[in-house]
Amino acid sequence: MSRIASTFARLSGSNRKALIPFFTVGDPLLESAVPTMQALVSGGADILELGIPFSDPMADGPTIQRASERALQNGVTLTDVLAVVAEFRQTDDVTPVVLMGYANPIERLGLDVFAAQARTAGVDGVLVVDYPPLEGQLLKAALTRVGIDTILLLSPTTTEQRMREIAQLATGYLYYVSLRGVTGAGHLEVDAVATQVGRIRSYAKVPVGVGFGIRDGATARRLSEIADAVVVGSRLVEEIEASAPTEVTRRAEALMRQFRHAMDGAQ
Amino acid sequence: MNVYDLPDQEGYFGPYGGTFVSETLMAAIEELKAQYERYRQDPEFLAELAHELHHYVGRPSPIYYAKRLSEHLGGAKIYLKREDLNHTGAHKVNNTIGQAMLARRMGKPRVIAETGAGQHGVATATVAARYGMECVVYMGAEDVRRQAQNVYRMKLLGAQVVPVESGSKTLKDALNEAMRDWVTHIDDTFYIIGTVAGPHPYPTMVRDFNAVVGRECLTQMPELVGRQPDVILACVGGGSNAMGIFYPYIPQESVRLIGVEAGGDGLSSGRHAASLSAGVPGVLHGNRTYLLQDAHGQIIETHSISAGLDYPGVGPEHAWLKDNGRASYVAVTDEEALQAFHTLCRLEGILPALESSHAVAQAMKMAPALGKDQIILVNLSGRGDKDMATVAERSGLHL
Repeated sequence: MSRIASTFARLSGSNRKALIPFFTVGDPLLESAVPTMQALVSGGADILELGIPFSDPMADGPTIQRASERALQNGVTLTDVLAVVAEFRQTDDVTPVVLMGYANPIERLGLDVFAAQARTAGVDGVLVVDYPPLEGQLLKAALTRVGIDTILLLSPTTTEQRMREIAQLATGYLYYVSLRGVTGAGHLEVDAVATQVGRIRSYAKVPVGVGFGIRDGATARRLSEIADAVVVGSRLVEEIEASAPTEVTRRAEALMRQFRHAMDGAQ
Repeated sequence: MNVYDLPDQEGYFGPYGGTFVSETLMAAIEELKAQYERYRQDPEFLAELAHELHHYVGRPSPIYYAKRLSEHLGGAKIYLKREDLNHTGAHKVNNTIGQAMLARRMGKPRVIAETGAGQHGVATATVAARYGMECVVYMGAEDVRRQAQNVYRMKLLGAQVVPVESGSKTLKDALNEAMRDWVTHIDDTFYIIGTVAGPHPYPTMVRDFNAVVGRECLTQMPELVGRQPDVILACVGGGSNAMGIFYPYIPQESVRLIGVEAGGDGLSSGRHAASLSAGVPGVLHGNRTYLLQDAHGQIIETHSISAGLDYPGVGPEHAWLKDNGRASYVAVTDEEALQAFHTLCRLEGILPALESSHAVAQAMKMAPALGKDQIILVNLSGRGDKDMATVAERSGLHL
């Protein structure tokens, strides 16, 4: 069983939901990535999503874009991101790691090369924001060959027909974008999310996570009553941005703990 | 290549094009694709478009024989397709009218656009005023500074101009920001892309709306000189004016099609915007095409004296025409474009846009080596009034 599947199985056994933090590798420093991952796990994270920096992050809001810019200023490449995962695996062979990014850096490295190196490093899933299922077929095939899950997105505007098709293709977990807009934006309507997640569940064979716009424990708590996983991205990246470099791990861990307590209190 | 019917169903021109967008945009793209498919062959839509192009834009634009320039160069005869005479001063309005008409039929009261030089922004703001639509234009903060006159023009027309401070603060960043606006306001907003790039169906739609330029030439050249030209030249940033004039000529295999990219300080300097001449294929802004990128797949900052060509990608159909050899692509430098700008002003009394000056420069390079019986047709895609401050600055003057 993959790390992602066994994580969801274990959580389901104790009637808990997955907490999935996201941050960009190289923000604030390349060296801070592994300690931050470890701190997030200590704070209660179940799966880690790592952002691959890209110069033109079209689907992201200003917070994650700034994180990407800082990482690029630090010279961080996709190869560095893979090295971070390999280093993390030396001390943690249980927590699933999902890479999230845009197509171009991956295509530049080469799809098969990327898949092989990701496998060696210990990556469990890959989410490419600008690969809808049709355009992402070749990467999905390459990842499947090495046993890595392709994480797909669903959005509030996804039609019923498409939802059914994407749910069929999904591996690992499905990521439902809980609002119209970019990462970190706007106001999230929990009731509308509940309706949509209910529909997705009727088609999906994999767990359903919810992300975009989850800024506090109370929202995470309500969503964890609806979905199998809650993704916290921009809120964590803001915390990292506001922290002195020496404070990043402590504050990231504290933030995770807040979300963890809020979510577990819901059970 | 007798039958040319690209793109395919998925929006591909050979390996280029496609729909590389986040799931959050897919529904809007599907809706646009379906509506464009419907209206592109709707007689009532096409009749209204033809009426607007004639009465509002002033089409057809003339073809002018640049006699003094041709004699000065002593070779091929140079003809200019005068898109600079269109309302708003460039070819851009051909496309914005078409897309705004589509937006109205789709019930979208708000239009957004990205702009580099400001020509597409002005053309969008113009049609938004014409049709009574709300208009927001995203423009790189660096371009806002370079193109102050166009910024003011857009404001006069009632548009809101949003300076974009992220990334390199130029056209590509404005495009990113417009995409973000679109994803956030998908229900009431139509995104009017200004070039033949972006996710399918934009490259096709923008090409089709600009193809009126090439169709007119197909009729005008035989009337004027009794035959089609030997060479057609057009500048290429994203490539909308070039695709507009090239597309109807693709089946006319005896006509050489040459796109002219922004060579900036020269290709070897690394400071340029010539993605076809010096880039490699990749994925950006919704399509696969040639991109200026580093070894790690990050998009690199581009440079051109002309803001309208200052873009690290290019329309996917140009990428395909390059690979299959139907068109060829060259680069001319800032300096060569400036010389062409001044030469055309002095010899013909025509002030070309700095973008179009790149195509004129290539004509000046080629003409002397060609016989006097040869004909070069240059797409003079826009007028240069907007560039006077830039040109003056290069000459050490401040207006």
